This record gives sequence, C-alpha cells and structure tokens, in this order.
Amino acid sequence: MKTTSVMIVGVGGQGSLLASKLLGRLLMDEGYDVKVSEVHGMSQRGGSVVTYVRFGDKVYSPIVTEGEADVIISFEKLEAARYASYLKEGGRIVVNTQQIDPMPVIIGAAQYPVDVLDELIAKGVNVEALDALALAEQAGSSKAVNIVLMGRVAKSLDIPYERWIAAIENTVAPKFVEMNKKAFDLGYNA
Amino acid sequence: MKKLMIGNQAVAAGLHDGGLGVVSSYPGTPSTEITEFLSQYDDLHSEWAPNEKVACEVAFGASLAGARSACAMKHVGLNVAADPLFTLSYTGVNGGMVICVADDPAMHSSQNEQDSRHYAVAAKVPMLEPSDSAEAYAFAKSAFELSEKYDTPVLLRMCTRIAHSQSVVETAEPTPAVLKDYEKTPAKYIMMPGNAIKRHPIVEQRTLALQALAEDCVYNTVEMHSDEIGIITSGCSYLYVKEALGDSVSILKIGMPNPLPVELIKDFAAKVKKLYVIEELDPIIETHVRALGLEVVGKELFSMLGEFSQQTIAKAFGLADKASVSADSPIPARPPMMCAGCPHRGIFYTLAKNKITVHGDIGCYTLGAVPPLSALDSTLCMGASISGLHGFNAARGASAEGKTVAVIGDSTFMHSGMTGLVNVAYNATNSTVIILDNSITGMTGHQQNPTTGFNIKGDPAAKVDLEALCHALGINRVRVVDPYDLAACETAIKEELAAAEPSVIISRRPCVLLKTVKHAPPLTVDADKCRSCKKCMKLGCPAISLKDGKAKIDATLCVGCGVCKQLCAFDAIN
Repeated sequence: MKTTSVMIVGVGGQGSLLASKLLGRLLMDEGYDVKVSEVHGMSQRGGSVVTYVRFGDKVYSPIVTEGEADVIISFEKLEAARYASYLKEGGRIVVNTQQIDPMPVIIGAAQYPVDVLDELIAKGVNVEALDALALAEQAGSSKAVNIVLMGRVAKSLDIPYERWIAAIENTVAPKFVEMNKKAFDLGYNA
Repeated sequence: MKKLMIGNQAVAAGLHDGGLGVVSSYPGTPSTEITEFLSQYDDLHSEWAPNEKVACEVAFGASLAGARSACAMKHVGLNVAADPLFTLSYTGVNGGMVICVADDPAMHSSQNEQDSRHYAVAAKVPMLEPSDSAEAYAFAKSAFELSEKYDTPVLLRMCTRIAHSQSVVETAEPTPAVLKDYEKTPAKYIMMPGNAIKRHPIVEQRTLALQALAEDCVYNTVEMHSDEIGIITSGCSYLYVKEALGDSVSILKIGMPNPLPVELIKDFAAKVKKLYVIEELDPIIETHVRALGLEVVGKELFSMLGEFSQQTIAKAFGLADKASVSADSPIPARPPMMCAGCPHRGIFYTLAKNKITVHGDIGCYTLGAVPPLSALDSTLCMGASISGLHGFNAARGASAEGKTVAVIGDSTFMHSGMTGLVNVAYNATNSTVIILDNSITGMTGHQQNPTTGFNIKGDPAAKVDLEALCHALGINRVRVVDPYDLAACETAIKEELAAAEPSVIISRRPCVLLKTVKHAPPLTVDADKCRSCKKCMKLGCPAISLKDGKAKIDATLCVGCGVCKQLCAFDAIN
C-alpha cells in the first residue's frame, strides 16, 4: 500500500496534538506502519503549528512536503491557506472556518486575507469548510474542535466507525468521553 | 509490546530497559521528554539539575559509583557540559554512561544550529545516531554495553525530527539495573597531569578499537541495490533518501558517526560508480570520506543550512516537482508570542516605554523581542544577559548604567545567571538585573527547578530563596515587584536604574499556564467609552484586537490580568 499523508495544521493551543495522537494510535492498531511528526517548543504560544501523520505498509520520512498531502485538516482558515501548497493533486482540505488573527494582523502590520478559501476553491482545490467551533460548542465544549474535525475526516479514511469511537475511549480522559463522542458524531454527520 | 513513541520516549525506554540507575538533565528542546519520561519510572533516580554541566557531572559520579547513568540535553547544552565531557573521555566509566544530545537543524526552538558530532570527534568518544524510534530504543539500550566494554561515555545523538516523531517501537525484556562495585582507582579517576598523561594513549588506543568495531557492527548497515549510485547517509537524512529514491540506489547507513569506518566505506565506494554523502548540517562524514582519497559529492549539492526532506533529495537528483497549488494572497506570518496574561508583559511594556536597553536571555521572555513590544537588544545564550549587561556598562560607563537592564528567568538564573551576578557585584558596575520569576521553567513546557520548591516528580523540595541568594552574591539592593502592577514596575525600574549601586528587581508572578494559577474573569471593552487611542494595543496581548476601530477583548483568551485596564485613560476596560 502506498503511503498516505495527512497534515494537521492550526494555531498553538487549539488541540491539534490530541488529534494526531488519536489518529496515530488508531492507525497503528489497524496494523499500519505509522509516523507522526510534530514540532514542540514554542507551539503553545499562539504560533502556527503543523503535525504530519503518515501511514502505509512501510513509512520512511516522518514529514510531508509540497504536493504530497492526501488530506490537510486545518483548525483555522489562514493556516489552511498557509499549507495549501502541501496538498497533492486530487487531495482535499477539511477546514474549520474559524478566524484567529495573528499578531501582525492584530497590530495592523498585515491584513488577514478575505475569502482566502474561495480563492483556493477557484483554483480547483477541494475545500470542505465547516464551522467546527459551533459544532464543538453544541457538543459541550469549544475545546472539542479537534474531535469534530476528526469526525469529518473519518468518513473518508478506510477505518470503521466503531474503531474511531474505541480510539476516543482509549485516548481522552473518562469524564470527557461522552462529550467527545458527541463532537465526533457531529463532525461525522456534518 | 508494540507502541507508538516519539524518539525521546523511545530513548527513555531504551535507557530504562538497558538498566539505567541515575539520570540527571537540564530541560532543552528537543531533548526534554527523555528525562520527563524517565521520571515516570520509580526504579531509578531522576532529577532536573540546575544546568547541563552539573547534570553531566552527576551522571559521571553515578557511573563512578557503579550505576548505569545518563544525562540529556539540547545541542547548546553540550557546550555547557563540554568541560566534564572532554576529561570523561580520559577517565572512562565504571557503570555505563550515556550522554543524550539533541540537535535542532532549522532552529525550531534554538539560537543556533551547531552540529554535535563535532564534540564526539573532538572529545574522542563514540556517538550513536538513530533514524527512528525503534532504533532510538535499541541504540539507547545497547549504548551501556558499548560504554562499559570500551570504557568510555557514549554520546547518543538525536535531532528534532527523530526526537519528536512518533514511530512504532517493540520493546524488549529490560535488563535489571545492577550496581557494580566501587573501587578507589586514583590513576584512572584523578585527572592530574601525571595520571592524565597516562590516560591519553589509552584514549587513542580506544579510538582504534572503536574504528575496528565500526567496520562490522549493527549500527552501520549496507543496502546494495545499484552499482550506479551509492549514498552514505545517517539519521533522518536516511529516511528522506529512502522516501525519495527507494530501492533505486545503494545505501551505506551510518548509525555510529564517530568513529567512522574506513574499509567499509572504501568497499562501498568501490562497488558504485558515483558516491554521495547526504548529511544535515556539517560535512562530518564527507570530510572523513574525502580524507580517504575518495571522490564524493556532498555539500556542493546538499546545504549546511536547516533540515532536509524527501523534496531536498528529489530535487538534487533531478526528479520532477510534485504539482501543487497555493493562494495568491499574501499569508501573514503567525509567530509565537507571549500568552494573554503572561506576567512578563508588564515588565517589557515598562522597559519599552522608557526606551531601556535590554540584555535578554533564553526562555519564553525572549518573545519580548517580538513587535509590538520589541523590547530586547540582545540574546546570546543561557546566562549571557547579566554578564553582557556588565560588559556593556563597563564599556559605556555611567551614560549606559542608568538606561540598561538585564532580564533573566528564574530557571536561567539558576542555570548560569548567578556567576554573572557575582561578577557584577565583584567588579562593580552599577547594573540593574531583573529576574523574571514565573516559578517554572516555561519555554520547555513547565519543568520544576530549584526555585519552585518541587522536584522532577512534583514532590516538595528545597526552595532557593532568590532574595537571600542575591544578597549573598553581593547585591545590597534587592526588591520584589508584581508585574501585573504597571505603576509599581515603573517605580521599581526607575528607582533601581537611578540608584548608585548594583541592584536586582525580582518580577514575581507564576506562569499563567500553570494549572495552579486561578484566572480572573475576562475583561470587556465598553465600545462607547473606547476612543480608539490604541494604547492597549501596545501590549501585544493576543486577546486584544481592533474591531471597527475599537478595542475588543477575546473572552476565550483573556485571563483578566488587568494590565490593559491600567493603560486605558478612558475607563473603557472593565
């Protein structure tokens, strides 16, 4: 099996690390060779963060380069645009429509591009936008954006629904399991 | 059991399963998790040392005592630990000793991208370099045997991509920790000239023995697929080569970058028409290959800068770019920044407002350099803020002394700030040092340190009294200020800069991300009262933005620190 490449991008503090942990563990349990690469350090402090998840029969490189990603899961609009060039032909971007202004925008040194997702769509990029924040709040916590997005992506990865639910049960703290399952379903059915 | 582990967790598991007895480290990205994972084992002694030199010496003492020992640090940490390292090469070990060092090509979280392999060559100690978590586990585990068999400390080199990438590890049966006998052996362990002079030839003989090992060992492996192209590579570069070129080339994978084999390389070179060396950072393997008189392509094709990827390799070998699409709109950068409610912000705002020259240091507070605060003038290495300030003031005299400060965190002050402060007192510049005491080692992800009152396991520990310490180091003027109180910050900084003797201001408030810190309710802006003066925007707080010309506070980010409220002249923030 050819290696599949997934990128999870967002803003430090949005919970992308939990998403990659969940996905990586699930893929390993499904019998794939898996590599998950993330850069720690300053990521908690509002910077742009990117995690690579690659799986297949035998995975060598832990990172994804331009034109290689089968799926990009973006927690924020601008970050989807930042990493769009990593998408391969025929790949897709699943993006949370939330806008988080970076500091250069906040202080007026740069502009947040308007309609940046439309721009990508106009160029033929397969963009699936959803308001994951609203769905997460509906599930019970704004922090569940990550699980909503995983639910949205789950449909197209060749792993049964029940396995995802089991992975959530194994990964998140017991008291948050029900809320996260709800968040997953909201994303899955979005 | 099969588990997905980051490289650092695999190193920890390997060291533990190799019979580790004592580990001492100072945190540093990307090495920190090695020791954090080791602290979860109860059958060994783990600790955070004040700095890497102490950590390395603790590991030496434990080895001398007969335990298998380790320390872990980032690449620049090895500079600090270099002093014990070079002589450890002479003494050798009793219990096996492993020094884990993690390089950071591309400087994801570092001030330079030095190549630690130089240290292995210079100190004449063997170095192992894994390329994934499974190897990290196996190499760490076997490093103790290598260390004991050849009577040498062993360097285990990681890099960011290996340290922080998860891959599948199958752990093996642990070797129980054994405490070997300790026997007084002055000729081996007292490195005074008369003894050291007899140890040096032993080091040279050891290198020859290790070279012989390098010719035929599990660490260096050959994959013959082609007689056209042969690539000598190591670590993550190996992964990129395999990803980009697959089985179309022959590969000599180096798992022990010091000492390097001779015959193995010559044999490999003889079997291929064209030879390449692909290694990140400096041409260590390439220089060795050239010294053997072999023709090789290396740094003329592969940069000394940053990280490689499969794309780097594909481009170098003329493979077509993969098609991709990108947005035409400029994408604003999203740099990391100080968190909403960060206690450092009040100090940096006050320093920037008063146009003070600020000698910075290594930690979260380096982010004080980022606009709009732009408060820092220099950042060099751990501890350099205080010594740099002293030198600056020594050069420029009274004209600088009233307008210049050093800022240094609590953990960095423990690491290497104290000696600089002694120098300020002893050699008498009228310098003002601000210790940013946020009660934790912040940037590396919240590790305890000697000022926090807790040890690596979170148990209560002796707590350094910073005020008493500064007094003891020779500073008479020591005062404490709450950085959330802007007026108090202003007064403290102005008074201490005006004082006719050296002084220390301790800016004390715990990191806002600590779980023990209770947040106040978020503040809101009364849009009717806001006059769009943008004064609150000068704080660079990520929770504050402008909407339709008026300030707006993001309730999900705001922790109610109240610093912006103090700046608002129109009482619009409440």
